Amino acid sequence: MIRLRQGFGGQARFLFAAAALTVLSSPAFAETIAITGGRVIIGDGSAPIEGGTVIVRNGNIVAAGAGVAVPAGARQIDASGKWVTPGVFAGFTRLGLAEVDAVNGTNDKSGGKSGFSAAIDIAPAIDPFRTPFAVNRSAGVTRAVVAPEGNDTIFAGQGAIADLGADSNAVTKPRAFQFAEFGEAGARSSGGSRAGNHLHFRAMLREAQDYAANRNAFDDELLKAEDAKALLSVLRGEQLLLIHVEGANDILRLIELKREFPSIKMVFVGVTEGWRVAAQLAQAGIPVIASALNDLPASFEMLGATQSNIGRMKSAGVKVAIGMINDRDSHQLRYTTQYAGNLVSLESVPNATGLSWNEAFAAISSVPADIMGVGDRYGSLKAGRAGDVVVWDGDPLELSSAPTTVIIDGIDQPLGNRQNRLRDRYARPTEGNLPKAYDR
Amino acid sequence: MRLTGKAAFAVAGIVALTLSGCGAKEEAPATASAKPAAKPPAPFPSTYKAYPNIATAIRNVTIYDGEGGKIDNGVVFMSGGKISSVGGPETPIPADIAVFDGAGKFVTPGIIDIHSHLGDYPSPSVEAHSDGNEATSPTTPEVWAEHSVWPQDPGFSRALANGGVTALQVLPGSANLMGGRSVVLKNVYARTVQGMKFPGAPYGMKMACGENPKRVYGARNRMPSTRMGNVAVNRQTWIKAQEYKKKRDSGKDFNRDIGMETLAGVLDGDISIQNHCYRADEMAIVLDMAKEFGYKVSTFHHAVESYKIADLLRDNGVCSAVWADWWGFKMEAYDAIPENAAILHNTGACVIIHSDDENQIQRLNQEAAKAQADGRRMGINIADAEVIKWLTYNPAKALGIGDKTGSLKPGKMADVVLWNGNPLSVYARPEKVWIDGALMFDAKDPKLRPVSDFELGQPGEGDAK
Repeated sequence: MIRLRQGFGGQARFLFAAAALTVLSSPAFAETIAITGGRVIIGDGSAPIEGGTVIVRNGNIVAAGAGVAVPAGARQIDASGKWVTPGVFAGFTRLGLAEVDAVNGTNDKSGGKSGFSAAIDIAPAIDPFRTPFAVNRSAGVTRAVVAPEGNDTIFAGQGAIADLGADSNAVTKPRAFQFAEFGEAGARSSGGSRAGNHLHFRAMLREAQDYAANRNAFDDELLKAEDAKALLSVLRGEQLLLIHVEGANDILRLIELKREFPSIKMVFVGVTEGWRVAAQLAQAGIPVIASALNDLPASFEMLGATQSNIGRMKSAGVKVAIGMINDRDSHQLRYTTQYAGNLVSLESVPNATGLSWNEAFAAISSVPADIMGVGDRYGSLKAGRAGDVVVWDGDPLELSSAPTTVIIDGIDQPLGNRQNRLRDRYARPTEGNLPKAYDR
Repeated sequence: MRLTGKAAFAVAGIVALTLSGCGAKEEAPATASAKPAAKPPAPFPSTYKAYPNIATAIRNVTIYDGEGGKIDNGVVFMSGGKISSVGGPETPIPADIAVFDGAGKFVTPGIIDIHSHLGDYPSPSVEAHSDGNEATSPTTPEVWAEHSVWPQDPGFSRALANGGVTALQVLPGSANLMGGRSVVLKNVYARTVQGMKFPGAPYGMKMACGENPKRVYGARNRMPSTRMGNVAVNRQTWIKAQEYKKKRDSGKDFNRDIGMETLAGVLDGDISIQNHCYRADEMAIVLDMAKEFGYKVSTFHHAVESYKIADLLRDNGVCSAVWADWWGFKMEAYDAIPENAAILHNTGACVIIHSDDENQIQRLNQEAAKAQADGRRMGINIADAEVIKWLTYNPAKALGIGDKTGSLKPGKMADVVLWNGNPLSVYARPEKVWIDGALMFDAKDPKLRPVSDFELGQPGEGDAK
């Protein structure tokens, strides 16, 4: 049985029922759902399809578009006047790693003082019963890249791709990538020097190679054997390496490192000054999960910060998705659509570069999924993809809109959360015949 | 554990706290009582002067007047740095003045952020710039935020260009129970902080409830280390302030104490209390403490639990300065809900949307729109023009400058934003911003994009940010 957080009253009963169902039947839930009449967004950057139909069967998308026939016996969801999209794929988060950031016992973002680095596997710390799952699910986020936080080490460990379904297992793909810190944060982990950071990076990878060549002669000066093992899959290109980097020079120097280790599949994260070296990024073919609205010189590696960063990188041919590294990344995945909307409005500002609406939505659905190597399963409404579908009461990038239906792996999700319960209790703040504690 | 919001600095072990406080008051009644010992003349006076303006009208535009009024196809006419007239399409526009056609566009008063740390926690946020918390004693009413404000903070320009912010209150952080005086600024770059000070704005004093003071000082094994310690230290300090005020008013010689001067100014009603306070139960205790010592809380800032006591706040005439949806970054923010503003509004309590953040100050309009939408979904419908009040007239009133700015009324400062769409839509951006009738930002004119000294000669200088 699923253990959900504290009493959820009326809505709770529904939650429990839905959750129990999920556990019993996921993912082989044999329902066929037809979502009809809505404005359908495929998520790949293509134009909206008016009055389209989306068919989900056995947990997967079967068809989406205009003129799709509704199979007999399908449960129909009327989306007339609504928008139908793939669920939001949050490009870089710490979802499920903290309930209350400042309460240490609930914060598992980093490997702590475990003594391990690259070997850390964040998957078991991703707790789907933590409140941010329900809150962000009800905002239309269905998948998320979940990364560990660096902690006095270049290699922070292995992150996962998670789903936001109301069930007991959040991990879609464990050990989907290794996460590393460069730039100022990386330097801090190498004694306060960027030069030390580069040296550390090379030396650790060399140690991992030594480990592969001769385990018995392994010299664990920098890495424990478990860390070395974990880095081997990075070296062999079997596991993505997500690297947090912000400044133009740090980006260029990393591109050089990529030439030195051509087998490593790098993805850059943050990349506030990416626009300054967009051509080189494009040429190196390194995809980017960028922070959308950084526009202040928050540090000296972000002097060139501008909201036009993503648009300019995209124009230069860089594959770029929206992420939110170190920006309320454990709780506010629901900002993702707002950030995308801001890049659309940027198009109306002279001398600025934003994204078209279609590009902006792709930057929070298919593009991050593609970058993470799971675009054939997630991030768009195409046959064979997982049934992650959201029906919205309006333009999903607009501030006034919200989901009316969220489907993950073909399963209708509960949209209630703890915040709703507090809202309902205090909709009229005054106490009645009994204290508020009795009101649920 | 790097958190971005200043409030989030509540995290263990970080000393450079940027925490915030709250409290705005209605226009502080000028103390009529003659003070025998003459009050010292106000030091560090404002040297701000409005920049040259040209008489300007915007016509055919949708107007939110900041006090809840909406005019379609309206006219806003400003001259001499003041609002001259606001009205419908028939409003006369003098010949020979600059006229902008506002078709499809919107006009609001300048946005006012009642809670900012621009200048005292400026960008870049390096240790050398960390000037917001005098975290060396739990009560530091003697410090003034203006003495920490770096007028070259690049954040001022972003708040102007992307947020339409024309005035802001810069507060000390919330490490201390009594953090010091705040300062209200015009969002106009100057060489000195005096050149930014809002003329005639009363001072505020920052206070803080809850986790931050008890954590900062408890960690040093000194008082306060608990919430009860917080209240005890506050009350002891207010008693001293009462004694000081008595001595000062007695006409006899007394030793000046600049901290006590601030506290006595609060007791006089000249300085408003801006009280950082998350939890409902703590706000109720603060209200009783204020009654005990005879001062008024203007505004509770970061008041994430205000919705639980909306009636109490309404009855006490206290504003709540809130975020739309911040939650979960610290224990006292655990019960935050996105409907907070709507429930407060619906109960008849005063709502202000604040930022406490150099990024969200650029999108206060969007934060308000989210709070409005969350209200609508629970059946509380609040008109757009009312929501704009949360960003303009309400903070102006709470800062004691509601008679000067915050709404588009004839005679008030011409602090005006022309938006290229409905400011409650994610697709709207400021197109032009006037401060005292002077055009200080124009999206279409790169020369009207201010560049702080810090950004001059740096990558991206003068870029559309």
